Amino acid sequence: MTATAVRPPSPASSDEPGGVVRMPFAKAITAGLRAALAADEKVLLMGEDIGALGGVFRVTEGLQAEFGEDRVVDTPLAESGIVGTAIGLAMRGYRPVVEIQFDGFIFPAYDQITTQLAKIHYRTSGRIDLPVVIRVPFGGGIGAVEHHSESPEVLFAHTAGLRVVSPSSPQDAYTMIQEAIASPDPVLFLEPKGRYWEKGDVDLDAPVGVGAAARTLEHAAVVRPGTDVTLVGYGPTVHTALEAAKTAADEDGTSIEVVDLRSVSPLDVPTVVASVKKTGRCVVVHEAPAFHGPGAELAARVTEECFYALEAPVLRVGGYHAPYPVAKLEHDYLPSVDRVLDAVDRVLAH
Amino acid sequence: MTEHQDELVQLVGPDGEPVVSETNAPYRERAARYLLDGTGATDAEPAAQRVRGLYRDMVLVRRFDVEATSLQRQGELALFPPLLGQEAAQVGSGRALREQDYVFPSYREHGVAWTRGMDFADVMPIFRGVDHGGWDPAAHNFHVYTLVIGSHALHATGYAMGVQRDGLVGTGDAERDTAVVAYFGDGATSQGDVSEALGFASVNNAPVVFFCQNNQWAISVPTTKQSRVPLARRAWGFGMPGVRVDGNDVIASWAVMDEALERARTGGGPTFVEAVTYRMGAHTTSDDPTRYRTSDEEESWRRRDPIARVRTYLEKHGAWDETREAELQAEADELGEHVRTAVRAMGAPATSRMFEHVYATPQAQVAAERAAFEAYEAGEPAPSLFEGLLGDRAATSTGTTAGGNR
Repeated sequence: MTATAVRPPSPASSDEPGGVVRMPFAKAITAGLRAALAADEKVLLMGEDIGALGGVFRVTEGLQAEFGEDRVVDTPLAESGIVGTAIGLAMRGYRPVVEIQFDGFIFPAYDQITTQLAKIHYRTSGRIDLPVVIRVPFGGGIGAVEHHSESPEVLFAHTAGLRVVSPSSPQDAYTMIQEAIASPDPVLFLEPKGRYWEKGDVDLDAPVGVGAAARTLEHAAVVRPGTDVTLVGYGPTVHTALEAAKTAADEDGTSIEVVDLRSVSPLDVPTVVASVKKTGRCVVVHEAPAFHGPGAELAARVTEECFYALEAPVLRVGGYHAPYPVAKLEHDYLPSVDRVLDAVDRVLAH
Repeated sequence: MTEHQDELVQLVGPDGEPVVSETNAPYRERAARYLLDGTGATDAEPAAQRVRGLYRDMVLVRRFDVEATSLQRQGELALFPPLLGQEAAQVGSGRALREQDYVFPSYREHGVAWTRGMDFADVMPIFRGVDHGGWDPAAHNFHVYTLVIGSHALHATGYAMGVQRDGLVGTGDAERDTAVVAYFGDGATSQGDVSEALGFASVNNAPVVFFCQNNQWAISVPTTKQSRVPLARRAWGFGMPGVRVDGNDVIASWAVMDEALERARTGGGPTFVEAVTYRMGAHTTSDDPTRYRTSDEEESWRRRDPIARVRTYLEKHGAWDETREAELQAEADELGEHVRTAVRAMGAPATSRMFEHVYATPQAQVAAERAAFEAYEAGEPAPSLFEGLLGDRAATSTGTTAGGNR
């Protein structure tokens, strides 16, 4: 495969229509997985309960029946084992797509991810690629018990060798999962589970970038243009930011530009900087705790690059430095439209 | 079949005498080509040649080991983990491998590396501090060393699951059927990853052999603090054969490994081998065994030296003499010289190596930091991080994806 190839869309399956189809976020990932399985026989899905059950969120529904037990593999219940064997399969030329059932269950695999998956390419002077995708339903908002609502992305973004991405819309989910699978680098693919059942239009014929042409793995998107404040989010908070922008526009005509990072590692700093140089104000929104969070890195970068264009300090809206709270309190913990607008008011007060 | 027994498989005792028992009969039969005592080989001379080959391997491996330890003492290496005392387990098991088999070593498998056809000099860059890997794993189907204990048992299992999917198990073609081996030590058996590997290998019937060298010590902690039962029994609960072999008996190590590899290649699934041996030296050159074990214990194992055993075995059968020994020692001296010269020639990599191969595709963060580093090195003004590195943002600034639910 060449580094800049763009793969033409492959029919997701013979009985699936192409064109633009309205579907829930989760099913857009299913469609992307199906397309990847159909396009490359080396693609495998692995995880707990992903076969007959279709995963606890049904993201892999129907895929084992369609592609067989050797390609959609119900594994033993052991996260380190899942990632560790996926590494071995990748060394043998396969492209495993691993599902970790919930964000809080990824830590038994943390060692394999950070000491092996992230470093084997470097350790072997580039002789071994590890095209492993780790899908993780992440974030809150579903009223779950402990360990089912976390946002651990910075723990992985801090490790060189991994790509960490999160789609915010069904279309991006469909494209990004395919670009992640086509990538020769390991990708942590964070799925905002609170958005799984939100619907959107998905162009099933959208092209899939391979290697350096995989734009969604490195490039942010300005999803709403504006002039007064830049709101930066990814995954689940893009929707929140868009709602906040709409509310602000409706209430007092404030023009908010919304940037969807798509990738937490790397960060598309130039796109954020270009926006902030225009607006002079920046608020970063994520569910992960603000302390040492992605917003801290972005605030530093924006300050370095836009010092003379800034009208106000960069503010962050995120989770608190406390364990993810009980379900009855999670809506006070998560960045809400009100908390985002409060931060917008504060940067505009300068 | 010795699937569930604690008794050590041993074919040649420490005194060089044959060991004949009901238990080891199948292994004596399997190892017939190496037996000089009239119990196996029909033609003595080819068998003697083969055993001389194993002896040569072991002598050269030890010479490398001693040379590398000396190089560390001379300041040429940052660190070295000697395999001293484990030559039989490594050479015996390694010589049972076929070219197409794939090995995942720990970090002390210099003897296995030798049997894979590697140049000992290639093992040195890691320990000289000039490379994290040092060799091309594909060249000899010998993966780079893994330093985190037990992690690679899962890689071996996954690799074996790939071999299965490639249809290279049980084809009946000896040139194609493929086995995978994970080498690790007694300490590793306490790691969760090793247990998970045994589970994954077992339910998948993966063509993998777990070759555990129980060298009695995990740095300073004895095997009795890892397990209250023989380590091979760990395999039984996972539903795979767990075999104990005298790891200081090179022929027994070969036979047990040969059986395990054959089982894997023919579709019989995984095997766990516990090779009982002894780490005669330190854990690494930074270790001090006098703090945790007695000289009496070391002496008792010195009397079971695996190399002396083979030499005695050869001598007892008139298959070795001083001339051969002198020739072999001269070859070992040459090898030592080769390793010394190669190590001293290994310079530090270019500083830019830090930023290479972090990712397989261009990555903005690495590119930005590399540019900043290079500007600093050149005494140029620090570039604005990221500026101009990613090209024109215009295409994405308007959003390249379809609208979705926005």
